[in-house]
Amino acid sequence: MQVMVLAGGLSAERDVSLRSGRRVAEALRTARPDWEVVERDVDAGLLTALADDPPDCVIPLLHGAAGEDGAVRDVMDCLGLPYVGTRPNACRLAFDKAVAKTLVRRAGVATPDWVALPHATFRELGAPGVMAALDRGLGFPLVVKPTRGGSALGVSVVHSREELPSGMVGAFAYGDVAMLERFVTGTEIAVGVIEMADGPVALPAVEIVPDGGLYDYAARYTAGTTQFYVPARLDAAVAQAAAEAAVTVHQVLGLRDWSRSDLIVADDGTVNFLEVNVAPGMTETSLVPQELAASGIDMGEQMAVLVERATARV
Amino acid sequence: MAERTDSGTRLDPWVDAYATRARGMTASEIRALFSVASRPEVVSLAGGMPFVQALPLEALAETAARLVRERGAQVLQYGSGQGDVTLRGQILDVMSEVGITAHPDDVVVTTGSQMALDLVTRIFCDPGDVVFVEAPSYVGALGVFRAYECDIVHVPMDEEGLVPEALAEAIAQARAAGKKPKMIYTIPSFQNPAGVTQGPERRHRVLEVAKREGLLLLEDDPYGLLGFDGPPPRAIRADDDEQVIYLGSFSKTIASGLRVGWAVAPHGVREKLVLAAESAVLCPSNYAQLTVSEYLATQPWREQVKVFREVYRERRDALLESLEQLMPAGTRWTHPAGGFYSWVTLPEGLDSKAMLPRAIAALVAYVPGTGFYVDGQGHESLRLSYCYPEPDRIREGVRRLAGVIEGELDLAATFGTGRVLRDAEGPEGPAPNIL
Repeated sequence: MQVMVLAGGLSAERDVSLRSGRRVAEALRTARPDWEVVERDVDAGLLTALADDPPDCVIPLLHGAAGEDGAVRDVMDCLGLPYVGTRPNACRLAFDKAVAKTLVRRAGVATPDWVALPHATFRELGAPGVMAALDRGLGFPLVVKPTRGGSALGVSVVHSREELPSGMVGAFAYGDVAMLERFVTGTEIAVGVIEMADGPVALPAVEIVPDGGLYDYAARYTAGTTQFYVPARLDAAVAQAAAEAAVTVHQVLGLRDWSRSDLIVADDGTVNFLEVNVAPGMTETSLVPQELAASGIDMGEQMAVLVERATARV
Repeated sequence: MAERTDSGTRLDPWVDAYATRARGMTASEIRALFSVASRPEVVSLAGGMPFVQALPLEALAETAARLVRERGAQVLQYGSGQGDVTLRGQILDVMSEVGITAHPDDVVVTTGSQMALDLVTRIFCDPGDVVFVEAPSYVGALGVFRAYECDIVHVPMDEEGLVPEALAEAIAQARAAGKKPKMIYTIPSFQNPAGVTQGPERRHRVLEVAKREGLLLLEDDPYGLLGFDGPPPRAIRADDDEQVIYLGSFSKTIASGLRVGWAVAPHGVREKLVLAAESAVLCPSNYAQLTVSEYLATQPWREQVKVFREVYRERRDALLESLEQLMPAGTRWTHPAGGFYSWVTLPEGLDSKAMLPRAIAALVAYVPGTGFYVDGQGHESLRLSYCYPEPDRIREGVRRLAGVIEGELDLAATFGTGRVLRDAEGPEGPAPNIL
């Protein structure tokens, strides 16, 4: 079996992707010593390399646009190459946080109220008026984030109208559309979902307690700056509700093989959906590897099973 | 394997064991963005990598091979903590270009001048001692001073570099506040990052302040031989061998990968530097030192420096011309007469750090000005380097950057400000091997 792990790319999450790719490739090599596992960046030479020596399966671990918006997977489909993970159209739904929230809410999963606005709206209607409307419609505090992207890049918590311009500019630095979401206090958790023989199964939730209160880029990728609890310290009923929410998200968005939902459990126990990842981070400090370990599942073995599923689909 | 306890895990069993000074060593959004800069699609005006492709690589390969073949037992062995004596003599010849006369015993060879910076700080600075640096200053020096827990004070510059009156005032203020001034750090020639150069009179006045105040003057001169107009500026050390410690480097005149630099210091200081060097690395690499020594002895190194000057002059011209043609109104920049860098000041209200993700998305990279300060200044500025990309790529990079700035002006017009202060403030630049 020849497996190509795609990692890197040109997104702001390139570094994270490279680390995820290396870790998954190493785990696969350990779990399947007889497989040939290669790591490959996405560049102008990729398609030639795929044509010259097509792998049996591709694992796209590209984070950010092109990797998670389905574009590279579209090309894989055109080439008839099996890959692990969600199909392109479902990627597009999942990668746009506002679209994903719409569909997830429609399926009955709670999600904080939000508005998604392009810069053009502020320019055309006048920023002060739009911000006043946001204040009235959503109130503060708000989480401001790019609608497309991950690793908390461009994300900020805004507590007042005065802080909003900075938050908007920070989000627009990473994309043309910003989402403003009502801030929910509670327990921050993530739940991985893996498709098993008889359907998608939720992994145990990981609870995230960053030292500084905000699970930002530094808190995500600096070991020691965030306290994790696996399984999360939740009542059994709430933990069950979180698992069901993650599986619902996986199903309603049409995701495939694996995903990771980021959720927040409000103080009243309501499980709120925030966003979902179709190429979850797999670095040393990422969440899905912790969930797999807590479940007694070897990461390499699990990835190998997903590869075998993908190749069997053809 | 990470520790797992009832209180959860932090994925790092040593989290409570790190020294206080390691507290700021965290993953950073900015460093993540720099990792994209190494892709060929990106025009990187960020890194400070010298254009080593201009070297006579065949001759260097032959030198390196001959050294192992003929003197292997020496070059692959430990050496003196002070550095190879022949090379120290040759360094005197190099320094004669900037007017310095000294004795080989005054020279300590180091693993790049970065190590000399570390050693000088190590032997002089206790936590809390005040180091005066230019505003802005070299990110690598700021990192060293922070590592030794110095109190770093930025002193304003003008178009001729460090302002002596401002320096004297900063020293007075520090003393009045009960602090302990220890050292003045300056890059007088083609400063990194600002690209400005102190004239002879300015150098004299800076030295006078150091002498009057009894402070060590640490003169960092990696770019001194890379001037485009006339002979290299005379080093401050050329006029004072007691107050000044001079740091030199072959990174820009030969090859950064060899990691050979040096310090020239008064006798007492030098003895301590050697002892500190021995405790840090035992000795600098014999192989690298003797490669440099052989190169200096057998190659026309002065001619090669001229080649570098011409390469960088052409690139500087490409940068300045395209900035002139393309930058939006309200943008200003320095006109370096040598070295690697120009310092750009953005139109009012723009923030170079907040703008970086857009620049990376537009496939152009620079270093935000905040990286060259420890006190939160620099949001309105950025550093452009012209040392590595070919002139056409520099023009393309400036074209892309101009578009990014136009976009930021549009955002600023909508929201009034571009300032986002989410990251920890502090010196932050690309890794040394980032383009």
